[in-house]
Amino acid sequence: MSGMVFHPGHQELHGVTVVVDGTDGRTYVGRFDREDERGVLLRDVAVWDPATSHQPVAEFLARTLKFGVRAEARQLILPSAEVAGVRRLSTVSLA
Amino acid sequence: MPYPELMIRPMREEVTRLGVQELRTVADVDGVMANPSGTQLVFVNSVCGCAAGGARPALALALAQTKAKPDALFTVFAGADVDATARARSYFSDYAPSSPSFALLKDGEVVHFTHRHMVEGRYPQQIAADLVAAFERHCGSLTPAS
Repeated sequence: MSGMVFHPGHQELHGVTVVVDGTDGRTYVGRFDREDERGVLLRDVAVWDPATSHQPVAEFLARTLKFGVRAEARQLILPSAEVAGVRRLSTVSLA
Repeated sequence: MPYPELMIRPMREEVTRLGVQELRTVADVDGVMANPSGTQLVFVNSVCGCAAGGARPALALALAQTKAKPDALFTVFAGADVDATARARSYFSDYAPSSPSFALLKDGEVVHFTHRHMVEGRYPQQIAADLVAAFERHCGSLTPAS
């Protein structure tokens, strides 16, 4: 049970906490499960919505980096056409 | 539903054989965390192969690499000892639940937190280096282990 154990047969980002930028301006942070014909499936997802959030997205990401992902949804499927980009949360720079 | 004990026992033992005390009930947790003094490390163990598979050996490496260790070492198992894990997390509730994760507390205050996203995709040596840095900053002696 030691060492690096990955998930054979899964996509590279499976199990990784990612930031998904939506084409509608929303930002999602959650664990990537998979991408299939339905779209990108995320688990334990926090959502930043420019229409309702009281903080800039940079602050949302900064708080998430420091305090973790405050999940609002157990899982979410984002149609691939509505996904502008996917990156690892750990690579987010706050410079 | 908790994971089968037969499956997770080796994951528990990989941590407890390091001298880390496993807290399996709410009473266990409160018994050691309700009146804290000094430094306490709480490792939230999990079955996740990609993250916990790096976190457990990282803890072993970190403890072997420095003399500046926390005064007390505890672990709870997310997805197995659900109530104990929830209670442990209540002592660092400013931080969102994630597993695996490490909380380092000093006199009951969180002074360092390693989230799951800081573990994912990294080698145990890299995770251990972060833990050692936190230990040496908050747990006293800066003398490296010989």
